[in-house]
Amino acid sequence: MARLVFLGKLADVAGAAECAVKPGALADVLARLPAALAVALLDERVRVALNGELIAHPEAVILADGDELAFLPPVSGG
Amino acid sequence: MIKVCLLDRPFDPGAFVGAFTAAHPGLGAVCTFVGEVRGGDGVAALELSHYAPLTLSGMEQLASRTADRFGLIGLLMLHRVGELRPGEPIVCVSAAASHRRAAFDAAQFAMDHLKSRAWFWKREKRGGQWSWIEPRAEDYADLARWD
Repeated sequence: MARLVFLGKLADVAGAAECAVKPGALADVLARLPAALAVALLDERVRVALNGELIAHPEAVILADGDELAFLPPVSGG
Repeated sequence: MIKVCLLDRPFDPGAFVGAFTAAHPGLGAVCTFVGEVRGGDGVAALELSHYAPLTLSGMEQLASRTADRFGLIGLLMLHRVGELRPGEPIVCVSAAASHRRAAFDAAQFAMDHLKSRAWFWKREKRGGQWSWIEPRAEDYADLARWD
């Protein structure tokens, strides 16, 4: 299995800070999530990190067993 | 010396700054900023979450960039995570330099970047309800003046 990690308010949308998913192309992984969560994750302001490294083209990601993909919404400031 | 820490319990900025300045005998200037959780406005608590693989390494990169840019002798950068109460220190930046201008500017540069670029998410509790704090335009404006 691979792991999705949700930071900030994305954890509220997901109802959990992380979840285990079947490995595969990101589009397929997202298609198996609740629609509201998938839409929130695809927000263009959300940055994505694969195994702790920010990536520029998350749409090209193919998750392997043991991968961790984190979704990082804009930071809070203030 | 650059020292960067994420702290998950209340801390005494003075104790850190004392040790930091003692480690740099002969410095000409030290400028310390301490941010505390604002009281009033019905806020009962503030919670900071972070993403371990990115947050500390991002702060370390910011610290070394700040030290290089302003030619610092040393830089201390501390940030709380977890649940905080009003009045608790949340962030501390202390810049040691040969002259005051570099120390002042470095502390401001580090704070402006920490506020708008570091990987922290904050939510506050009011009347028993948590709500997320959104990004603020002022933070981006603070950052833009260093470009």
